[in-house]
Amino acid sequence: MSYLAKPKVHHPSLKPNALGLTRRDYEGALSTLCAGCGHDSITAAIIHAFWELDIEPYKVAKLSGIGCSSKTPAYFLREAHGFNSVHGRMPSIATGAGAANRELIMIGVSGDGDSLSIGLGQLCHAIRRNVNLLYILENNGVYGLTKGQFSASADFGSTSKKGEVNEMTPIDGVTLALNLGATFVARSFSGDKEQLIPILQAGLQHNGFAFVEVISPCVTFNDHEGSTKSYSYTREHMIEVVEADFVPIRSEITTQYEPGSVKRVQMHDGGMVNLRKVAEDYDPTDRDKAYAYIRNCQSEGEVATGLLYIDENGKDMVEQNDVVDAALTNLPYSDLCPGSEALAKLQLRFR
Amino acid sequence: MNDRTNEFAFKIATANGTGSASANGLIMQAIFRMGVPVTGKNLFPSNIQGLPTWYEIRVSGKGYKARTPVFDLMVALNSATYEKDIQEVRSGGWLMYDSTWPMDDKLIRDDVTYIGVPFAELCNKAFGGVRERILMKNIAYAGALAALLNIDRDVIAELTQEKFSKKPALLESNQKAINLGFEYVKANFDVPLPIHLQKMDETKDCILIGGNASAALGCLYAGATVGAWYPITPATSLMESFKGFCQRYRVDPETKKNRFAILQAEDELSAIGMVIGASWAGARAFTPTSGPGISLMSEFLGLAYYAEVPAVVFDVQRTGPSTGMPTRTQQCDILICAHASHGDTKHICLYPADPKEAFEMAVAAFDLAERYQTPVLVLSDLDIGMNDWMVPKLTWDDSYRPDRGKVLGAKELDNIKTYGRYLDPDGDGIPQRTLPGVHPKGAYFTRGSGHNKMGAYTEDADEYQEVVDRIARKVQGAKNAVPAPFIKRTKGATMGIVSIGGCHEACLEALDELKAEGLPFDYMRVRGFPFSDEVKEFLEEHEMNFVVEQNRDGQLRSLLALETEVPLTKLGSVRYYAGFPMSAHHVVSGIRPHIGVPA
Ligand SMILES: Cc1ncc(C[n+]2csc(CCOP(=O)(O)OP(=O)(O)O)c2C)c(N)n1
Ligand code: SF4
Ligand SMILES: [Mg+2]
Repeated sequence: MSYLAKPKVHHPSLKPNALGLTRRDYEGALSTLCAGCGHDSITAAIIHAFWELDIEPYKVAKLSGIGCSSKTPAYFLREAHGFNSVHGRMPSIATGAGAANRELIMIGVSGDGDSLSIGLGQLCHAIRRNVNLLYILENNGVYGLTKGQFSASADFGSTSKKGEVNEMTPIDGVTLALNLGATFVARSFSGDKEQLIPILQAGLQHNGFAFVEVISPCVTFNDHEGSTKSYSYTREHMIEVVEADFVPIRSEITTQYEPGSVKRVQMHDGGMVNLRKVAEDYDPTDRDKAYAYIRNCQSEGEVATGLLYIDENGKDMVEQNDVVDAALTNLPYSDLCPGSEALAKLQLRFR
Repeated sequence: MNDRTNEFAFKIATANGTGSASANGLIMQAIFRMGVPVTGKNLFPSNIQGLPTWYEIRVSGKGYKARTPVFDLMVALNSATYEKDIQEVRSGGWLMYDSTWPMDDKLIRDDVTYIGVPFAELCNKAFGGVRERILMKNIAYAGALAALLNIDRDVIAELTQEKFSKKPALLESNQKAINLGFEYVKANFDVPLPIHLQKMDETKDCILIGGNASAALGCLYAGATVGAWYPITPATSLMESFKGFCQRYRVDPETKKNRFAILQAEDELSAIGMVIGASWAGARAFTPTSGPGISLMSEFLGLAYYAEVPAVVFDVQRTGPSTGMPTRTQQCDILICAHASHGDTKHICLYPADPKEAFEMAVAAFDLAERYQTPVLVLSDLDIGMNDWMVPKLTWDDSYRPDRGKVLGAKELDNIKTYGRYLDPDGDGIPQRTLPGVHPKGAYFTRGSGHNKMGAYTEDADEYQEVVDRIARKVQGAKNAVPAPFIKRTKGATMGIVSIGGCHEACLEALDELKAEGLPFDYMRVRGFPFSDEVKEFLEEHEMNFVVEQNRDGQLRSLLALETEVPLTKLGSVRYYAGFPMSAHHVVSGIRPHIGVPA
């Protein structure tokens, strides 16, 4: 029922931001995802992140591919243009839109199938181009929308709902992004809003491609024993927030922070996921150390979360292309057309 | 043989990558500057170095520009293809070859005059270094041709001056090589040949340009700011030209920053995605490609059609299927471009016949794409795109303003109650667009999934159908906005010839030939799709129509039958699809058997 807009009733208890807007103003249509889907939690975090950053919704462009995760841009920022494109190809839409209008604040939402299977190529190249975009990969280890096939992020040895065992090694978005030279790499958990919101905010403010993988359990197809991307059954077992205050941010982001700890999160079905907080001496500006740290966690069976790598000095796509400071869409035609005289003169070369 | 002054053709056979391209260009340009109409066709291999390559030059004071399959003179400089090349000379014609090495007796034809010039020997004496010797050998033949054909030496001198004005060493060696060839021929043969040039005044209002360069100029003048592409022959030079023009005309004089963005994508899927993203955001954006790229772009083209996002695609056609012959020409994408993507889709297509039309249609493509909020495909081909054509000078009307179509800006949105993306406020099937980042009331969700007229997701039968029916009406409405067909009538004609794009010159020449035989035909060249009513009327008016095109399956004929409902029995088919540009001969000999005249 996503075409039913929610009634826009203002709650007196809802706090307005600097623009006088409440979180309600950052919502979208009603979600049609399964109750309890991790993707909905991420949507809520996105709403909060935009609201808290005082971003005017209409200045945002929200883009996605195809999948349950890719449906979610309909569920936030109703006053922003959205583009639900084709499966795995959102990065190219973002690339074109960002080249045309560098003033757009772009957020892209994708799934593990959308990003790591059909869309792997486009993801890699958007990272290389450093397109100025917050890119959220909502990772549930399966194709939700087509009912539970393994995706490329399914862990080796994990089992599907039907009991099949995955014999292939996974593609890890985070180490991939690091390898490709991404200028912002983070990972979080859909249930960990306190960690996720500051990361999203940092990503929105990053100049360039901000890659954020969010582990986001699929309650319908990947929340059983043998799955490595299932839910924690109790919020108390969720990981604590991670510090993100080295990112240039306009508004203060308050965080509680417990460095260096590993949280073992118990799932519905008794399965475990290990989440490691970045350590106190962790240096997110050193790509090699970040890579070594994440790999080390992996070999211990842990999943490193937090803001893992950041480089604020990289040139984004439009800077690489030396594009004028104004949005190309705002240039007057007189700045674009050389006119008849120039054409006549040019044609002397064609004789 | 009657007087062949300014009415002949010759062909130069060399190996790829040996520098012959600059000599061939020089000869062609020199003839053009003598005021004599000239056409050049480069028949090159899909290879960087070593494979055989040919350049055909047709000189026609009468102004015929189609390829001719009959050659008066062959410049045979590639021993690997001697045997074949010698067969292509007409009886009574000439053959020039490098006589440094003797010609095999088996290759001697009695009805051809052999002109042996020891190019290698001359150049080995005059130049040092292997590379220079090879390169200069290919310049020397230009000099030899100048003597044989009476090409004005002053014009050649002027051209080499212009070309090498900044490289004095090269200028000197080029001039030396030209003189070597010229003097040798003059001293040893009776020149000029009966086929030769005489100054005319027929080219002063013309230019020599390829369709890729002119289409790129069209993009520049139309105000395109975003170009995305993945390299593919024969479309590559379109984006390379655009880049060159942008660097010249689109750099902010103060900041030195670019008023354009050219994105080399990782593939065509991405290239068209970038174009759609940029167009959606409000830029004029385009991508040049060829058949394999169209195949990859199909899914996205369906999205742009259904979500109503403008996009401009240039399909510089080459032979298919699959990789086909990448450096050979064809018109084999007519059907796929008209309907690219799954689902019910129909795309506006434009069919330029030469570089001048490629320029004009490039501009038209952006206007149509924005006015109708849909992809527009411009179908040229390798022959139009990559060969230099003599066409009238391009002109520009400074009062032109881009037709951005129905785009609601901040002011309009301020005054609007509720905005619905896919409504039909004017009854023409064309909805109102908004751009991201402009106004909160303009927001809508662009999607390729089922949507209703407000842009919201739907699975409701009526809501779905309402939108797709309107889109069909909208695109069909473009039939009167695409370029009208070119029609040429001949007195007494009861039958018609119908063609498309690069067949045009061959058809015009064929019309003259047929008329001279007492066989008058009317002629129509379609220039845009959906077809206008005029197209249907022309077909209905004639008892028989011969559809001339360059593909195996008669794609234009099928599309005409499908769209106009004119019975296939009224549509004869003339096809040439071997990969070279079409000649009048293909048209005439294709039609004759159908009308009881031997081919
Ligand atoms: C070209 C194409 N192939 C297949 C599909 C079918 N399809 C839709 S969503 C999807 C997988 C989505 O998985 P993911 O990106 O992980 O999203 P999730 O639903 O898990 O959030 C597939 C295969 C499609 N829409 N398009
Ligand atoms: S199928 Fe899984 S991913 Fe899709 S909505 Fe349901 S829980 Fe979420
Ligand atoms: Mg998934």
